[in-house]
Amino acid sequence: MSIETRPTPETNIEKSASELIRLEEVTKRFGGNTVLDRLSFSVDAGRHVTLIGPSGSGKTTILRLLMTLMKPDEGTITVGGRQLYPASEKQVREVRKNIGMVFQQFNLFPNMSVLRNITEAPVTVLGMSKDEAAERARELLDLVGLADKCDARPAQLSGGQQQRVAIARALAMRPQVLLLDEVTSALDPELVAGVLDVLRDIARTTDITMLCVTHEMNFARDISDQVLMFDSGRVVESGPPEKIFSDPEQERTREFLGAVL
Amino acid sequence: MKWDWSAVSDFMPHFWEGLLVTLQVLVIGSLISFVLGLVWALLMRVPSRWMTWPVGAVTEFVRNTPLLVQLFFLFYVLPEWGLTFSPLTTGVIGIGLHYSTYTMQVYRAGIEAVPVGQWEAATALNLPLGRTWTAVILPQAIRRVVPALGNYVISMLKDTPLLMAITVLEMLGEARLFSQANFQFTEPLTVIGVAFVVISYLASLLLRALERRLVH
Repeated sequence: MSIETRPTPETNIEKSASELIRLEEVTKRFGGNTVLDRLSFSVDAGRHVTLIGPSGSGKTTILRLLMTLMKPDEGTITVGGRQLYPASEKQVREVRKNIGMVFQQFNLFPNMSVLRNITEAPVTVLGMSKDEAAERARELLDLVGLADKCDARPAQLSGGQQQRVAIARALAMRPQVLLLDEVTSALDPELVAGVLDVLRDIARTTDITMLCVTHEMNFARDISDQVLMFDSGRVVESGPPEKIFSDPEQERTREFLGAVL
Repeated sequence: MKWDWSAVSDFMPHFWEGLLVTLQVLVIGSLISFVLGLVWALLMRVPSRWMTWPVGAVTEFVRNTPLLVQLFFLFYVLPEWGLTFSPLTTGVIGIGLHYSTYTMQVYRAGIEAVPVGQWEAATALNLPLGRTWTAVILPQAIRRVVPALGNYVISMLKDTPLLMAITVLEMLGEARLFSQANFQFTEPLTVIGVAFVVISYLASLLLRALERRLVH
């Protein structure tokens, strides 16, 4: 993991052999508001990175750019050595296969059973057979503790259960990168632990690279190798969680952690 | 004014014929308006003005001119261009086309009501655009609009007598023919009035049952 907070022209990050995600000089504006300001950073394969910072600091925007839900105004984004932006639609589809995302509002398909939510993309995108996809979906549901909910509709599940299905759905595509966008923010407090346990499990037992936007500081401390502190579209500070949470260097980080912890 | 039951029984054979025609117009006309309306709604989402402008202009025109004028146009003008259909076919196409310009707005509202998160989830799963429409967006959109589509079916039923103007003998046509031949107006008009109410009621029951099924 390497970080550049002050933009300097051109390639200013040294490339590590296992680098998976790379943002260079990425700028994103909404109207006159610059959400990301020439941001550059990279993430090595298999790392678990947590993005923290006040709301509006650009954390979620980074995940949405990586998922191609929006496009940057400037800069380049590379995943696994292949450009995601700028890129042709065909290349975007190809590179995007390696990326999965779990949303704050779950976004399960309400018109499909739990099982089909999980098998739909493996069958239509990866060309998996229905039986194979269903078998794998059952394994994943077992992993998230919902083996008995195959035939349920999303509306029949609690928020926590829906979010665990959404995690299983993302994993079914065997992504290299999993983007987690405030996945517990919409949940009732008593349901948060179940979802976080599942994610801890995944972090521990797989080599999936995780980028996580969260307000759960204990969770961030638990699972991440690296914490990025954002403010106003820039990385203010970065480091291992022990360092950031107990001995931050920047005043802005101290302020933020003082307010949320 | 006297009520003559024998006039009712004399009218009944004509009534059944008219009823059959009315139902044909209603069922086929509805199907045309459902399918064509969806086509218009989807074409309006093509991100090109070369598509949305002509489709928008044509449908706006059809929606804002009277059905009766359109029926006359189809019936009298198309044959001059070498296109000849039976009066019934012309009427069904006319009423289906007219109502498709309303159902397209219903579909549009239904499509726009699908939360943006559903599109985002489809993107995150890398679903192709066509699959996103058929498996994710449309099933949710159509479920939402069944009640509104149903209202247009009822509305279309009440417009079917306009087809009398292009010589289609639906219920009102039969009633008028009978009345003029026998100088008995009360009975046939009452019979078809009751029939309209009954068909409306049955159609609304059917739609409610469909709605309930679609909720699951």
